[in-house]
Amino acid sequence: MSVLLIAEHNNKELRPFTYNAVSAACKIDENLHILILGNKSEAVAKSASEIPNVKKVIHVDNEIYENFIAENYTSAIIKHADAYSHIVCSANTFGKNLMPRIAALLDTSQVSDIIKVISADTFLRPIYAGNAFATVKSNDKKKCITIRPTSFEPAPATGGSAEIVKSEAGEAFKNSKFVKREEIKSDRPELGTARIVISGGRGMQNSENFKLISAIADKLNAAIGASRAAVDAGYITNDHQVGQTGKVVVPDLYIAVGISGAIQHLAGMKESKIIVAINKDGEAPIFSVADYGLEADLFEALPQFLEELNKLNTIQK
Amino acid sequence: MKILVAVKRVIDYNVQVRVKEDGTGVVTDNVKMSTNPPDDNAVEEAVKIKESGKAKEIVAITIGEEKAQETVRKALAVGADRGIHVKVDGVVEPLAVSKILQKIVDKEKPDLVFMGKQAIDDDCNQTGQMLAALLNWPQATFASKINVKESSLEVTREVDEGLETIEVNIPAIVTCDLRLNEPRYASLPNIMKAKKKPLEQINASDLGVDTKARIEQIKVEEPPKRKAGIKVANVSELVQKLKNEAKVI
Repeated sequence: MSVLLIAEHNNKELRPFTYNAVSAACKIDENLHILILGNKSEAVAKSASEIPNVKKVIHVDNEIYENFIAENYTSAIIKHADAYSHIVCSANTFGKNLMPRIAALLDTSQVSDIIKVISADTFLRPIYAGNAFATVKSNDKKKCITIRPTSFEPAPATGGSAEIVKSEAGEAFKNSKFVKREEIKSDRPELGTARIVISGGRGMQNSENFKLISAIADKLNAAIGASRAAVDAGYITNDHQVGQTGKVVVPDLYIAVGISGAIQHLAGMKESKIIVAINKDGEAPIFSVADYGLEADLFEALPQFLEELNKLNTIQK
Repeated sequence: MKILVAVKRVIDYNVQVRVKEDGTGVVTDNVKMSTNPPDDNAVEEAVKIKESGKAKEIVAITIGEEKAQETVRKALAVGADRGIHVKVDGVVEPLAVSKILQKIVDKEKPDLVFMGKQAIDDDCNQTGQMLAALLNWPQATFASKINVKESSLEVTREVDEGLETIEVNIPAIVTCDLRLNEPRYASLPNIMKAKKKPLEQINASDLGVDTKARIEQIKVEEPPKRKAGIKVANVSELVQKLKNEAKVI
């Protein structure tokens, strides 16, 4: 058995979730190789070789991989697939876009978004946006798996010295072309990966009041989320939506403000490590999942919260 | 131009999903079902493209048990021209779904295939990409904006880092994000009219696709329950707890 991990990177460095995926991949089998497809990406190959658990780095450098187009990646990955029992990558938009294309060509039924490795062929994965957990066993000879990165600790970044093997590029796919990328220009962390998330719901009453949330987010270096109700009411844009139809987040701290706790919202945040609920309705369902509940008017509580945070000598970043 | 739109019948997103006591799955008896939400966005986008004069025909397709055709009827009520229902009982994995769709694409020869980016029941997020691979077509996944050009599509994709724009030559597969558009509601007269639109039924077995599951579902269980939390009296207690007890700030 051996595992091939497809690295996610930006041609300069490995994306952080690749390290989480390494941890999961090692639990499947210790014979772990990393495949890097990039352009002018020598530095990425070098960092990958320094991860202690990695036994070999396969590096393919070609301009067709500059923008990580799945159609170009696929032919190169298929070329190497024969030698491996498992092909894995992170279950973020990179891996979600890529892996099924590989699985279909290998005639493998993919196991998506695993949160636990039970054995080399059996995995735990959330279904119904985390409202149920399914234990599934893959009966395909070759397994294609995507890993929910936030369910695994990142692997150490240094200490290893795996060999780097250069390999030839695959065929270029002519019918897809990269045009541009607009990264969110925000000083705040990204919602899906932030350590702290503070979200507002319908209780915020209007978009102006979200300033109360952003002031605290600035202080805590938190991402800003919202319930579907707040988005539907037009208080905030949809890219902030947390829930079954928005983003699923698992931060260390999730602060729900003026959110009643509809099923579809809970599905997006209830795996968070610590949950705080601030709501003036003591019966709101959000309190049933909150570690710390504060029954209070948010328009009084939020300014006080900021004031208390300002009093602290240090705040973890 | 012809657009094929795939829709799936799932438990309605507002329903609290309950796990069966015997661990074999989730309760679906007497549970409200509806079209997978991003599939509604896929239908809506196809209808908009047709309204703009850039498409001539929309064919809606679903794969599943008898009742799955409700989702096709709904698509017909908002503007699809005709429907296809591929009948098959039990769980059909995305790989088999994409193989069935491949057969239908071979027969119908659409220029574009649209579907939601993910189904909210199994959360697999695979079918569109698999179909694109089997057809060797380009894939534009997680689309939040589509610009139809002469012989290509310019698609803005929702990715973790922000937005990415790609151009894919037609024929192509597009999987739709919720942000793509605001699905319309079907009017009563249109629901009535949809009942008269053609809906072809095909048995999956007649297509020669093996739909046998490759993944064994060993058990389905409730996620671990959170232990009951506490109510704090005021903001300073809350901050103190977060700092000293939970140690998260």
